[in-house]
Amino acid sequence: MIRVLNWLDERFPVRSLWNEHLAEYYAPKNFNFWYYFGSLAILVFVNQVVTGVFLTMHYKPSSEHAFASVEYIMRDVPWGWLIRYLHAVGASAFFVVIYLHMFRALLYGSHRSPRELVWILGCIIYVLLMAESFMGYLLPWGNLSYWGAQVIISLFTAIPWAGEALAEWLRGDFVVSDATLNRFFAFHVALIPLILTGLVVIHILALHVVGSNNPDGIEIKKHKNENGIPKDGIPFHPFYTVKDLFGAVVFLILFLGVVFFMPELFGLFLERANFEPANLLQTPSDIVPLWYFTPFYSILRAVTYPLFGVDAKLWGVICMGLSIGLFFVLPWLDRSPVKSIRYRGWMYKTALTLFVLSFLILGYLGLKHPQDTDLVLFSNLAWAQVFSFVYFGFFVLMPWYTKWDKTKPEPDRVTFK
Amino acid sequence: MKRLIAFLFLVTSAPWCMGASENALVDSVYINLSDNASLQRGARLFVNYCLSCHSAAYMRYRRMAKDLDISEELLKENLMFAGDKPGDLMKTTMPAGYAKDWFGVVPPDLTLIARVREPDWIYTYLRSFYLDEGSPSGWNNSLFKNVAMPHVLYGLQGNQRLISKSGEDDGKPVFRLEKPGTLTPQEYDDVIRDLTNFLVYLGEPVKLDRYLIGVFVMMFLGGLLVLSYLLKKEFWKVLH
Repeated sequence: MIRVLNWLDERFPVRSLWNEHLAEYYAPKNFNFWYYFGSLAILVFVNQVVTGVFLTMHYKPSSEHAFASVEYIMRDVPWGWLIRYLHAVGASAFFVVIYLHMFRALLYGSHRSPRELVWILGCIIYVLLMAESFMGYLLPWGNLSYWGAQVIISLFTAIPWAGEALAEWLRGDFVVSDATLNRFFAFHVALIPLILTGLVVIHILALHVVGSNNPDGIEIKKHKNENGIPKDGIPFHPFYTVKDLFGAVVFLILFLGVVFFMPELFGLFLERANFEPANLLQTPSDIVPLWYFTPFYSILRAVTYPLFGVDAKLWGVICMGLSIGLFFVLPWLDRSPVKSIRYRGWMYKTALTLFVLSFLILGYLGLKHPQDTDLVLFSNLAWAQVFSFVYFGFFVLMPWYTKWDKTKPEPDRVTFK
Repeated sequence: MKRLIAFLFLVTSAPWCMGASENALVDSVYINLSDNASLQRGARLFVNYCLSCHSAAYMRYRRMAKDLDISEELLKENLMFAGDKPGDLMKTTMPAGYAKDWFGVVPPDLTLIARVREPDWIYTYLRSFYLDEGSPSGWNNSLFKNVAMPHVLYGLQGNQRLISKSGEDDGKPVFRLEKPGTLTPQEYDDVIRDLTNFLVYLGEPVKLDRYLIGVFVMMFLGGLLVLSYLLKKEFWKVLH
């Protein structure tokens, strides 16, 4: 065994890679609940790749056979139903995990210097993940798949001059059709996963250069022992491998609980309208994107006024783009001298609470009719407009409220009981 | 064991199912996928009445027979069209072109209908046909206005007329039975319940197995949870 390892090591840096990223990667010892979601994201990613490969063996990317091939997988392929549910529920689980992973950064300032690049790489991964799931959602060729793609691609037509041509170029046709399905399939199973894999590796490599942040938002590298090892750091392996193993089991209980007992999750993960095959002549009564896109969909629909000679639709698209794009510049909007919410004042705490609230409420409103009243007093549209302002306020006002906020002194060493 | 688990799941999930109903004006139906006799009766009704015009083109006869404990002889004699083989998909014999000419639409495939519509909706729909001389087929439906499908089961239910669209206190329509069918109203309701039950099965044949396997998976993960927790605790003991 050792001889094989030595042989390998002379030809490939097995030991040094293992040490650098696991056995001698020193992570702060005070990680809490919020630090499970990075490794869980990898777990879900692996689940998507493995189940995806098996689905590809039986799925037919053609407008004529796609829908039937999914039902073939559900009925005639041994364990096909399980693989399909793992993949479909896995897509939603991916976003649950990623949103919590991103929220962790906002809590403890993980996006701040020196981790800006780690954050930006993460943002790119998030945007690609949206593209990946959007294209994957077309593949079952259900009626909601079809009309969802139709609506989202038509957003590009809001762009002046080039819009129509761009939408046509994306679809490869005048409407969503077989050509669209085939190219989405190619992107979904080959190109985007390939880029995602690379980016995930770079995301982790970049993290391991600067080191992990922690719930106190202080740098453990400031206090090193005589061997150059951070005093508050512990080797990732075995300490965090066993801890993340426990986290993975808890996650699997929840995830597989949904997969086995309620894979549709009351129409939130698999919608009723998507059990009908795509039909160009029959628009579903409600075209809504899947839950993880609805906050942004709400913002898109909330913009109903033309301004500066630009029509409302284009403003809507711009605002929706900004609502995602602003995440990229977050490290430079934050002017607070401290990173962790533990040592911030009431202003940031209030702003973050309002932001999370607006994200959730916009997400809820995105599933509803704009004209209806599902909350109190005002229509869904009016509330979506209010919370869109709150959403953008979190970003736009950040340079001021983080500067004025009264902070507490940070501790010298991490809090660990 | 399988039935017990299915029952437990139904009991615990019942409030959710009721709350999820999209339309308050539908009657609720009790779905029990482990009631094989009901599923078999539903299958017979489905093949005899529905499959003449509708397909269940993602489902194979043999799978249905296996799941519902129907022998191959019985399947071939009673539940299949003459030319079909047990491994075939359950396709209607009616050509789509004729259907379009006769009804104006091609009757939709019914394999997944119980995943598109609520079971309560299907149950109510199949009991809400009434005579309407103004419609092309002579029939109409209070839940699905101007539906193209005529009342195929009128021989069983009889002919009913719509007395009031929202007559009673609960806002549900009121019908008057003008000419009784071969079944009493109670018997007809039971038959439609069997059919709805079967359609729910047809929508996802693996559902009961899924619950059963899920229980074992949860038990396994429960054990793993304890072990992984102890492992973590053991390793972390040295830190302070």
